[in-house]
Parts: sequence; structure tokens; C-alpha cells
Amino acid sequence: MECTDIINTLAACLEVSGTDPGLAQFIQILLGVVIVTMAPLIVVILLIWVERKFAARVQDRIGPNRVGPYGLLQTIADALKLIIKEDITPAGADRLIYNLAPIISVVSVVLIWAVIPFSPIHIGVDLSIGALYFVAVGSIGTLAIMMAGWSSNNKYALLGAFRVVAQLVSYEVPMVFALLVPVLIAGSMSMQGIVEAQRGMWFVILSPVAALIFFISTQAETGRAPFDLIEAESELVAGFNIEYSGMKFGLFFAGEFVHVFTNALLMASLFFGGWVGPAVDQVPALGFIYVVLKAAIFYLFSLLLRNTLPRVRIDQLMAFNWKFLVPVSIVNVIVVAFLLQVVRALGLAPSAELSNDFIANLPQAIVLLVGSLAIVIYVLQQLRNFGRQERLSQQTVTVRKEDEVDMLPAQAAH
Amino acid sequence: MLELNAQSIGFLIFSAFTIGGGLGVVSSRNLIHGALYLILSLFGAAGLFVLLSAEFLAAVQVLVYIGAIAILIIFAVMLTRSLTRLGEVFNKQWWLSALVAIGMFVLILVGVILPVFSGMDTSGVSPNVATTIDLGVALVDGNQYVLPFEVASILLTAAMIGAIVIARDNE
Amino acid sequence: MNVVNEWAFIGVFVAVAWIFPTLPIALAAFVSPRKPNAIKMQTYECGVETVGDTWVQFKVQYYIYGLVFLVFDVEMIFLFPWALAYNQLDFFAFGAGLLFIFLLTDALIYAWRKRALEWV
Repeated sequence: MECTDIINTLAACLEVSGTDPGLAQFIQILLGVVIVTMAPLIVVILLIWVERKFAARVQDRIGPNRVGPYGLLQTIADALKLIIKEDITPAGADRLIYNLAPIISVVSVVLIWAVIPFSPIHIGVDLSIGALYFVAVGSIGTLAIMMAGWSSNNKYALLGAFRVVAQLVSYEVPMVFALLVPVLIAGSMSMQGIVEAQRGMWFVILSPVAALIFFISTQAETGRAPFDLIEAESELVAGFNIEYSGMKFGLFFAGEFVHVFTNALLMASLFFGGWVGPAVDQVPALGFIYVVLKAAIFYLFSLLLRNTLPRVRIDQLMAFNWKFLVPVSIVNVIVVAFLLQVVRALGLAPSAELSNDFIANLPQAIVLLVGSLAIVIYVLQQLRNFGRQERLSQQTVTVRKEDEVDMLPAQAAH
Repeated sequence: MLELNAQSIGFLIFSAFTIGGGLGVVSSRNLIHGALYLILSLFGAAGLFVLLSAEFLAAVQVLVYIGAIAILIIFAVMLTRSLTRLGEVFNKQWWLSALVAIGMFVLILVGVILPVFSGMDTSGVSPNVATTIDLGVALVDGNQYVLPFEVASILLTAAMIGAIVIARDNE
Repeated sequence: MNVVNEWAFIGVFVAVAWIFPTLPIALAAFVSPRKPNAIKMQTYECGVETVGDTWVQFKVQYYIYGLVFLVFDVEMIFLFPWALAYNQLDFFAFGAGLLFIFLLTDALIYAWRKRALEWV
């Protein structure tokens, strides 16, 4: 590596000035890591303010407006309050696991930022298995919730944790099937490779069904409404975090806020071209603006959903996943794979030189889009039939089944 | 002797995770603690895969073993009654498991460790590292592994059907 | 960057990422008051004292979801290399992938028919 400028080739520059090569490498890595880790933690302060202001507008309130201009410093005041609050550990809690859980929950989200590409040259690290990396890291968050629920020594916390874990693992299935589609089209699992492959055409046009399924299942992965069984106050007192207080409680929510924005970034990178935009090759810094703008749209949309939709019941949640999202996502993968072969056999696929050209990508995009539309029409028809049957059966059966309890009756043992 | 560089430091750390986690699993009286130690051990194994340039396998290790199997183990522990606080570390069959463990160790020692470290000829081993793309091609190539690939699918289907039959036998 | 360097980045990342959430908790431990008493530390269950063992036995439904998820997780792992190499593959490979997915869809249909996916 040549020493061209101090920002992008720091290691080479340090070596020129006489530092040990290994040490120079390490310094470069450490600086990169600190920058990438700081980003989500700074962003979260702003995100909480955006979220509260947005929720307030939806509910016809003003929202935070006292601390700082437009209430911008409200989050900092809240953080200070959380730090000086008494931190209560319930009697009988498993202390080590109890303290580790909120930390792991934040770490698992922050780790995803390592592979998010912000511009053609700015990315934490472009792993060749980036797409699989963020799923793997995200699945550690599930574990944190399990640890929190179990270590609190509270039935409701444990029950909440069980429900949440069942929800998170279930919605991981359609999410990963949707993720298969960009990998299939781009022929790459590196995040940078997937974004590069969208220079000609965004993947959302090639497979809108995959994009929609990815969006829905990531919304469920963060546990936001309408999938917010994570904190079902009315049913489970609070859920897995009931016994937490002070900063530990705050960390779970900081993790959740970052997670929502992280998912918006992933959505933008995987389906909406990430940093791709005009003049991004000349001025790479523009990539930051493009990707964050795209992510902001999904972030706000996700907030709108959260603030306007009612919570679903757990049986509806599971049925929606296993009987709707999973089958549709599987069919979608098959259709996309089949059409890609057809496109190639007919010679409609863009050649390697022209893959960045919008016009050259059009034939392939049209074929795939028609395939997606066929799926959508078929699914809508099935849903309409299903809805009709449901209405008919509702008219005949008026007595609703009692809500069932999750726990087995304790008297079985006695 | 080990040369002290990033790779050997990583190897030492991940080996400590793997072995320490394994010891934790067998020595902890709380089954949930045991499951968490197991996760630590599996995480160490994922790190070892990375050091061997098998990134895909490392991701699989985290995704399947930590993300799915560990969760399943915790669910299974929760299904069993009052096994979270075991009274004793040993039970009546300890000699049997000790026998099996020693047998396995001898098997690995004779079969793998001794041949590799007693100057086995490694010049025939190709220096090329297979990529994940190579794996994908090999899995569906008619001359290579397409049959095992499909058999794996049948195996998974059978596993799922079996599990459902066993779990729901009361109907 | 070569492969090991890339993962060294991840390694350092894991180490550094731990610091940031640990910092506020450590800070809180120093500045926050700490006056525990028996009633404050009671398990929070709507004001009623908790009855019996907390680590109660759970129903088997959670385990079934876990199993179904595991099977699909492994299936997806097999499909990722297939998807990655797809640009170089032919119709035969598509058929192989299709058969693979179909066999597993069978399992899903079986679970559906056996009402294993219902939340009962």
C-alpha cells in the first residue's frame, strides 16, 4: 500500500515515518474500530430525539421541547438521570448473567456496523461473508434477551424472554430467505459487492417481494410495533426487562434504537443501492449522504408503523410468520433463481462491461419484476379467499376460545 | 515453538475459550450456566475456524450453533423440571463416561494428532484455499457432491418430522 | 487487507464495542445511590409476593418452534454457497437447488398439517 493521504492509508504513512509495520497496522485498525464504534453511539442520541418528536407529532403532542433548542439535549439529560438512578438487583438474581445481558444486547447491534458500507471506500471491514456476518451477530442479541429473562429470577421476565426468543428466531427465517435474493443476484456475500452490483439497477426493482419481506421481518426482529410483544405491558407486566432499572434498563433501549436504524441502513444497502448515487466515485463522501438519506426514509417509515399500528396477538404473530412470510419468501427465492436462469438463457442479462448501465439492466429487471408481480397477485388472491372463509366461519362460531396460558399448570407435580 | 504474532495470539485466546468453556460445561451445577459455557466454547471454535481462513464455517458456527442450537438447548433445559440446580457433580455412570472420553481422546491422538505432528508429508496438500464459491459449485455439481447435498435435505426433513412426532405424541 | 487482517479488525472491534456499554454501567455504579432492602429487592409481580419456584416448566410449543427454526437455519446455510456461486451455475444446479428446497418445504407442510405451527 502506498502512502497517499493520511486518512485512507494511515498504516503506510506510519511505516514511512519509521513505525514498526505490525504496530502501524494495529494503530490503523484500532482507529478505524473506534470511529466505527463511536458512530452508532453518537447517532443513538439523535435517534431518540427524532423518535420522540415523531411519536409526539403522530399523537398530536409537541414532544421534548425544554432542554436545549427544540429539546435536542433531552436525551443527554435522560442519560444523566439514568446514570444517577439507583440500580436495583432483585434478590435471587444470577448477578453475572444479569449484568452481562444488557451489554451483550448493545454489543450485538454495534458489531453489525463493522460491515455496513458508507461509500466506495468507507467501510469498517469488507468481509467476504458480510451478509452472513450480520445475521450471525444479530442472532447473539437473541441470546442476550434469554440471559436477561432467565437471570432476573422473575416468572414474567422468563415468560417474556421465551416469547421474544420464539418470535426472534421465527422471523429470522424469512429475513434470511429474503437476504438470499441479493446474494443470488449479486453473486457476492460481501456488503460492498452487493452495493456495487446495484450500480445499474437497485435490487428492489428486481425483487420487491424480497425487499418487503426483509423490511417486515427486520421490523419484527427489533421488536417494534406491531410486533412489540417484547414489551407487552398489558400481558406480561413488561417482558424480559422487568427487573432492570437505571442504566442497564436504558442500555436495552439504546440497543433497540440503534437496531432500528441499523436495519434501515441494511435495507438501504441491500435493496436500495446503498451509497450508489450521482458523482459518488468522484466524491466518495457523498456516499454517506446518500446511504443515510435512504436509511432515514426507512427509519421514519418504521416509526410511522410503530406509532399507528396496534399490537398483534402472539398466535397471530406466529401464524403470520410461518404460514405467510416463510412460504412466500421460499417461493420468491425459487422464482428469482428460475428467472435469472431464463434471463441468461435468452441472453437478456447485462454483459459484464455494461452491468453498471441502467439501459442494459432493463430487460432483466422487467422479466424479474413481472415474476414478482405474479407472486404478489397470486398471494393477494389467496389472502382474499382466506379472508372470505374466515368471515364465513366467524359468522357461525360466535363463542371465542378462552385465551390460553403459556405455563403448564403447576399442580401437575403435586 | 509458537511465534508471537496476531495469529498465534488469536489461537491462544480461542483455544482458552474452547477448553475453558468445555471445562465449565462439565463442572457447573447449574444447567443454564453449563449452556452458556457451551456457547463460549463454540465461540472459541468459530474463532479457530477464522484463523484457518474458513470464514464461512465460522459464520455457520455462530449462526447455527450459537444462534439456534444453544437456544434449543436452553429451551430443552427449561422443559425439564428443576434441573437448573443439580445437587451433585457426579452420578453413578461417571466411570462409563470417563471410559468413553478417554477412548475418544486415544482415538483422536492415534488417528489425527500423532500422524500430523510426527512429520507427516504435507507437500502434497494444495496451497490453494477453497472459497465459499468453490463450495457452492461443488455442492450442486453432478460429478461432485450433489447427492450428499440432496441427502442432507432429506435428513433435515426426517429430523423435523421425527421431532414433531415425538414432541406431539399425546394427540 | 488480507483475510487475517480483516478479522483482526473484527477482533479489535469486539473488544472495543464492549467498552462503550460497560462505561455507563461502571459510571452508574460509582455515582448512583445504593440502599438495598428486602422489600425493594423483591421480585416485581404486581405487588404480590412470588409463589413457588421461578424457573417453572415451560410448554413444549417453544421447543417445537426452536426445532423448526433449526432445520430451516441449516437449510439456509446450505443455500448460501449455492446462491453465491449461482452466476456460474447452469439449469442443472437450479434443479438441484429446487429439489433441495422442495424436500424441506415438505417438512414445513407436514408441520403445518400436524398443526405443529399453531400457538396452542
